[in-house]
Amino acid sequence: MNGPGEPTKRTEDGRLLRQSADSGTVMIETRGVSKHYGPFVALADITITLKAGEMVSIVGPNGAGKTTLVNVLTGLLRTTTGQVLFKGHDIAGIGPVRLARLGMARSFQLVHIFPELTVEETIAVAEIARAGKAGRLWASVRGDDAIHARVREVAAIFGLDTKLDRPARVLSQGDKKLLDIASAFALAPEVILLDEPTSGISTGDKHGIMKTLVEAARTANVKAIILVEHDMDLVAEYSDRIIALQEGRILADLPPTQFFADPAIVAAVVGMKPVRHA
Amino acid sequence: MTPRLTTLVIVGLVALVGSAPLWATPYHITLMIPAMAYGIALLGLNLLFGYAGLLSFGHAMFVGIGAYTTAVFTSKLGIRSFELVLVASAVAAALFAIPIGLLTVRYVRIFFGMLTLAFGMLFHSFLFKFYHLTGGDSGMRVVRPTLLGQDTQELDKIAFLTGPFFLYVLALLVILGLVMLRIVHSPFGLHLKALRENARKAEYLGVTVRRFRLAAFVISAIYCSIGGVILAVPTGIADPELAYWTHSGNLIFMTLLGGFTNFFGPILGAFSFILLQDQLMSATQYWRFFLGVVLALIVILFPRGLMGILESLMARFSRGRS
Ligand SMILES: Nc1ncnc2c1ncn2[C@@H]1O[C@H](COP(=O)(O)OP(=O)(O)OP(=O)(O)O)[C@@H](O)[C@H]1O
Ligand SMILES: [Mg+2]
Repeated sequence: MNGPGEPTKRTEDGRLLRQSADSGTVMIETRGVSKHYGPFVALADITITLKAGEMVSIVGPNGAGKTTLVNVLTGLLRTTTGQVLFKGHDIAGIGPVRLARLGMARSFQLVHIFPELTVEETIAVAEIARAGKAGRLWASVRGDDAIHARVREVAAIFGLDTKLDRPARVLSQGDKKLLDIASAFALAPEVILLDEPTSGISTGDKHGIMKTLVEAARTANVKAIILVEHDMDLVAEYSDRIIALQEGRILADLPPTQFFADPAIVAAVVGMKPVRHA
Repeated sequence: MTPRLTTLVIVGLVALVGSAPLWATPYHITLMIPAMAYGIALLGLNLLFGYAGLLSFGHAMFVGIGAYTTAVFTSKLGIRSFELVLVASAVAAALFAIPIGLLTVRYVRIFFGMLTLAFGMLFHSFLFKFYHLTGGDSGMRVVRPTLLGQDTQELDKIAFLTGPFFLYVLALLVILGLVMLRIVHSPFGLHLKALRENARKAEYLGVTVRRFRLAAFVISAIYCSIGGVILAVPTGIADPELAYWTHSGNLIFMTLLGGFTNFFGPILGAFSFILLQDQLMSATQYWRFFLGVVLALIVILFPRGLMGILESLMARFSRGRS
């Protein structure tokens, strides 16, 4: 894993992610999406796009609807109105497994791990799905060198390669978080959505994690990232574009320079930020 | 324990049981037949419970399906080939398990448990009510099957059970045990464990949660039905009690007794249960009471069952040596 020392190098054109031939094509698109919980409007009229080559941060005070948006984009929640398209497919009701096959992966705000599975097994779960080996009842995971090689490779990127045999439940909070993210990366997705990957991690380590993420995304050829993040320093450094939410509405959708040039927007996002519980 | 040591212990135990006709009394040998039958059934049940995390209260139904298939084949249809009976009961179990599984694996925890219980009760009342088909409460007769095409009519019942049938069942236990060992260590087996641990996370990693729960359900049903086939032969009867919900409870008891967190736990559970029940039944008429006490103690004091106790002892032993 990278130390917090030197800043992450951007590509020549100033981008964080590796650019490919299809950079600029729309990966995720929402059209007038809203999400209601009974009378409560958690999201209203959200129209955004995510293009290949982009790293986009979603910011906003607690309860602004960031997690709800991620859950809507990943099909965990159904929209009340409007459409979510992933690579042109309407994702309504298609389910996480098909989304994973189409090239979408995510991690969760509250870490999701398999407590009794080891680090190695956890990453292997994703690799087996990616390689389409899940239906094999008569094969051995232990005897599959291709699985091992990939698991090691992914674990190494996240600095988990010395902990392969540990059950996830005994890992530190930070390592659990990394494992949650690492297993999502192991799917070799085109798009990955990360809901507060640095929450619950001490400020000093946050930069390290962000660097690791960008590094992992470049190695794995991830085309686009959506990141929910509260730390404005990280947002400033690790975004091509920033989407600010406030009470379920889009307050701003701007590149970092313009975003931070507008004190009103920054105040709305940062000023109202209450004390965070790790 | 190292894999090599485990293999040695297993081979040793199989040899020990296999040589039982040389050293054990016929009574104890015939006692081992139901133990092995339950061992097979529980290997299946534990794929569903221990690996996929779904506790069924209705799997006695599949034991019943195995027993009744044996009865229909051997006494109604006159087909006595044991191999054919095994295949037919596996097919019958799968035919029931697929629709029932499709309905039940949409639920987890207590909801899954209650639904499987309900289906089990439905099946039992069907056996009970359709007298002309199933013989009602008196059950259906099971005729001695032929083993590998060999008719054994010249042997008396005890000689048949303690000789060829005992060895045949042991071979089945070993083969089906190896098959299950392979399944739990397969990519499929790992995905089962993942969905048990965290179904939502598993889905987002591409695990087809429902489909794999269904697959585990069907495989477990097949193993239970094969257990049922074996149970019906020594008693000579397919008894509706085999499909009764209390029998499902017994299956769970045995699994907990042996320990569901270890692959071999259920087999140990089956053998210990049969032995314990036998001892208690000959000692007291309140044997059910004492079985209940044992179950309560196991759950409270040793949630990982007898196998858990063995594992801790082994760990202490190897720590003591190093
Ligand atoms: N299942 C639900 N039922 C009712 N209201 C909900 C539900 N889930 C979320 N909400 C509400 O929707 C709003 C948005 O929640 P969301 O979790 O998306 O916020 P967030 O921006 O991710 O906040 P945080 O920074 O705390 O993670 C909140 O007011 C929350 O209370
Ligand atoms: Mg949130």
